[in-house]
Amino acid sequence: MIASADPRAAAIAADFPILAKPTSRGRRLVYLDSAASSQKPQAVIDTLVDYYSSYNANIHRGVYEIAARATDAFEEARAKVARFVNAAQSAEIIWTRNTTEAINLVSFSWGLQNLKPGDAILTTQVEHHSNLVPWQLLAAKTGAELRYIKADAEGMLQLDDLDALLRGTKLVALSHVSNVLGSIAPLEQIVPRAHAAGALVLVDAAQSVPHMPFDVQALDVDFLAVSGHKMCAPTGIGFLYGKRALLEAMPPFLTGGDMIRTVAYDTATFAELPWKFEAGTSNIADAIAFGTACDYLSAVGMAWIREHEILITRYALDRLAPFAPRGLECYGPARAEDRGGVVSFNFADIHAHDLASILDLEGVCIRAGHHCAMPLMDKMNWPATARASFYLYTTEADIDALAAALEKAAEVFKIG
Amino acid sequence: MDDFYKEYILDHYRNPRNFGHLENPTAVAEDLNPLCGDKIQMELLVGDDGTVADVRFSGKGCAISQASASMLTESIKGKTLEEVAHLSHDVVLENVGIGISPTRMKCAMLGLKVAKSAALGQIATWPDEAAT
Repeated sequence: MIASADPRAAAIAADFPILAKPTSRGRRLVYLDSAASSQKPQAVIDTLVDYYSSYNANIHRGVYEIAARATDAFEEARAKVARFVNAAQSAEIIWTRNTTEAINLVSFSWGLQNLKPGDAILTTQVEHHSNLVPWQLLAAKTGAELRYIKADAEGMLQLDDLDALLRGTKLVALSHVSNVLGSIAPLEQIVPRAHAAGALVLVDAAQSVPHMPFDVQALDVDFLAVSGHKMCAPTGIGFLYGKRALLEAMPPFLTGGDMIRTVAYDTATFAELPWKFEAGTSNIADAIAFGTACDYLSAVGMAWIREHEILITRYALDRLAPFAPRGLECYGPARAEDRGGVVSFNFADIHAHDLASILDLEGVCIRAGHHCAMPLMDKMNWPATARASFYLYTTEADIDALAAALEKAAEVFKIG
Repeated sequence: MDDFYKEYILDHYRNPRNFGHLENPTAVAEDLNPLCGDKIQMELLVGDDGTVADVRFSGKGCAISQASASMLTESIKGKTLEEVAHLSHDVVLENVGIGISPTRMKCAMLGLKVAKSAALGQIATWPDEAAT
């Protein structure tokens, strides 16, 4: 059965100027790599131009008009991000460069202060390197043990032995949606059990907050790490959400200008939240544009975006299914409802990189490789996979173009 | 690039020449392209005349990396290790016969990089051997 996706996506695509620009070979740009980075709507691009052409100034110190305007816009953007994930207060939102930096902030600040030999950090087998390498290094530095929640062949987490794994665990760090398999972690089950065992929970939400409604208070997560560039905002801006009491008790991460209250030659006191964690001049323009991206996504509606991605993912799985007899294998949960808008696959003996090169000739942009999840690829015994990923602007026509390009690849590699 | 996946490239990909291992290789090296996970190992056997008498490669990867490595094994037989160590990219480009896009150049050059590294590594041991 072929699902029918909402025609609204085609109207939304018109908000993204890059999608109207043909490739150098004159093909329509079919962008199926939003899990790597999303495209940007005109409103976000306009916000950047407006900041640099109308009120570019440093924040938090200037007394003149444009400096005040920049400061207001910067802090208003923080409030927008806070509302977007339903944080109780804006001070719980720390600007970072991206998800990776947000996770590193927790690792260096909270981790070095709170972990000791005998403690454990619990993560999962499906993590992106960003939510794995910081914990490997933290474990090595503190003597804590790094443990893993196992995943099944579809990427679903195996929670049978969770209580045993949680014994001695001080922090559970896991991704909400796998960037390779699209599998969704059952946070509503894991978070209460972690808390009951005395552990905090950090969620790598790089693949979920851009794609579905997310409420940090309802899920009761302690830390949340997000990248702006995967949710219509510019590159170079992301955020860490942390519960206020936790952030208050944590030492600064990066230090220097803007994060201090007073400085003497031999000592310094630090600014209050959130600025305690924002050393140096912040990424002002991109933060303000992140606020615009939140406005844009909220206006479309996060519930609609989630629903649309389920329909598009189902359509994609249906369109790929007829290739199965010729050796196309899709990975991840079978049902679109159980996954984010990410479909990883391999096609017969065509290496994912060759597939991506052939699809590129047809204007179809997919990702190929290990997707920054080398341990997962080793576990699954895949040298590489091709990955198509979707967003609010993905249309059925994009999926049809993917299927047509796969036919072309089959022809080039003489499959069938 | 449009023409890259020609018949002979696919042939080398699906039926790689000199694929496998040698019993007593003179020089061995291995490397990977972390971007895509392509992995190649090269084993060289130097004969009494000082030239490469036999060669094997092994590994996994895309058609471009595997076919380039397969063709390279045919090119380096009969060369001295010094010659292998100083091979230029041109040998690969001539083998594959057509343009490779910049994004795939690392795939095409992986076999060459490994072969050169094997040869260089072996050359580096020579003064020690001469001393014994």
